[in-house]
This record gives sequence, structure tokens and C-alpha cells, in this order.
Amino acid sequence: MDWLKFFRAEKSTTAKTAKDRLMLAVAYQRSGQANGPAYLPKLREELLGVVRKYIQVPDEAVQFSVQREGGLEVLELNITLPDS
Amino acid sequence: MTNYFKDKHLDQLHILAASQTRDKDALSQEGVERVLNELSQDFDYIVCDSPAGIERGAFLAMYFADEALVVTNPEVSSVRDSDRVLGILSSKARLAERGESKVKEHLVLTRYNPARVAKGEMLSLEDVKEILAIPLLGVVPESSTVLTSSNSGVPVIREEGSDAGLAYQDLVARFLGDEVPHRFITEQKKGLFSKLFGAT
Repeated sequence: MDWLKFFRAEKSTTAKTAKDRLMLAVAYQRSGQANGPAYLPKLREELLGVVRKYIQVPDEAVQFSVQREGGLEVLELNITLPDS
Repeated sequence: MTNYFKDKHLDQLHILAASQTRDKDALSQEGVERVLNELSQDFDYIVCDSPAGIERGAFLAMYFADEALVVTNPEVSSVRDSDRVLGILSSKARLAERGESKVKEHLVLTRYNPARVAKGEMLSLEDVKEILAIPLLGVVPESSTVLTSSNSGVPVIREEGSDAGLAYQDLVARFLGDEVPHRFITEQKKGLFSKLFGAT
């Protein structure tokens, strides 16, 4: 019911939405700048090729990211397998 | 080099137009460097107005900068672009490349409307400062004078009594080292008189 929203303590405003969207965009942007070894796109493509030898997966099923934690660099590869 | 011309009102201000080509690809790094070196023999400050967006002209203006005024308005796309600019300044500018020091960054927030911020319709100064995390130089309030003075080709800083003009004057003074308190960042309650007569 819409009128219930009126009584909620924390009103969600468009400024709040803007900030959330911005934080997300900026985080994405910064991670791209900081973790962009030049070989990354090629590595992703070749890995995808290897996976596809065995399983048919669409492009977007492969999530690829490099994260830095402490002094460690972690290459994270997530492949969502299709429903069989 | 004498191809710059003098401002009508300020005899110490000179203006040099950039290449009026469709894009700024005609600019080379060496050429821009040579022009800046020549200018720096005659002038104390060289202000490069960089195009909106991040293309070659903007990059070259950034590359040779000692200080940068990052001008943003409280919109998602504008703040996001400013964050990109800050990324470039801290990694690709000449000072950063040489590892000597870094470009000194200043935040300028324009088109700010405290009344809309209070209503939750606009990103607040605090939001923008938190995201960009650079020192604030000045806030310029949203003002109808900006468009009208631009229409008539008069810099808004020359419009006596305009909030935006005053904000720019404060900003310049601050840049030159004066301690000037920030104004126009909180909602100004209109009195009955100005409500009735619609003063801005």
C-alpha cells in the first residue's frame, strides 16, 4: 500500500539513489583502472575458448576479475554452467 | 608569439584561442608544450579551459598541469567523469609520470541548489566530496544569471550582485590563498518580501 511509505522512517530520495548509482559506477571505474593488465582481455578470451571445448557457455556466463587483497593479487574466474 | 588578444576589461588578461578544428586531434603534445613554455615566460598563470568530456584536448590540458580545478555539477554523469579525470591526473599527468610530485587538485561544484538538496532531489556537497575525496575550492549556486550573462557574452563574475558571480570571486580569492568562508551552500530562507516579489 502506497500510503504506508509515507510513515516509513527512512524516506528514499532520488539523491540517495543517485549516490548509490554513483558509488557503483565509480567503484567499477576504479577497479578497471587499477587492475587492468593488458593481457587480461586476451586471457579471458583464451580461457573461454578452453572451457568451450568441453561445455557450451554463453559469453556472459564467464565473470572475470582481478582483486587485490593485502599484498595478494587474486584472479577470480566464475563460470555459470548452463542447466542440463 | 603574439597571436593572443587582450580582454576588453582586464588589461592583464589575454586570451589565446585553441585550434578551431572539428576535433582536437590536430594538437600534438610537443606543440602544446612549446606554446605553454613560451607563455610561461610572460605570464604568471596559464589557465587551460579544457573541453567537457575526456578527449585529446582535455588530456593535453591535464598532462602539463601543475594544478587542476575539477569542475563538476551534482549529476551522476558529471561526478563520474570527474572521477575518471582524477584517475588520469594521478596516473598519466606529467608530474605523476616523472614521479616528482602530483597535480594539486581542487574541487569546484557548480549549479548547486541547496533547496533541492534539502528536499533530497540533488546530490549534496558532502556526497560529492565523499566520492571524489579532493579539497573543496568553491561551490557555485545554480543561477539564472549564468545563462543570461552567457547570452550577452559577459563573464558571470562581472555581474554585480549575482550569487554565482560572487561565488566565483570567492573561489578565485581562495585559489590565490585568501581565507574566504563558503557561502551559498545552505538553503537561504526567503523572507515574505522576496517571496512576494520573486527576487532571486
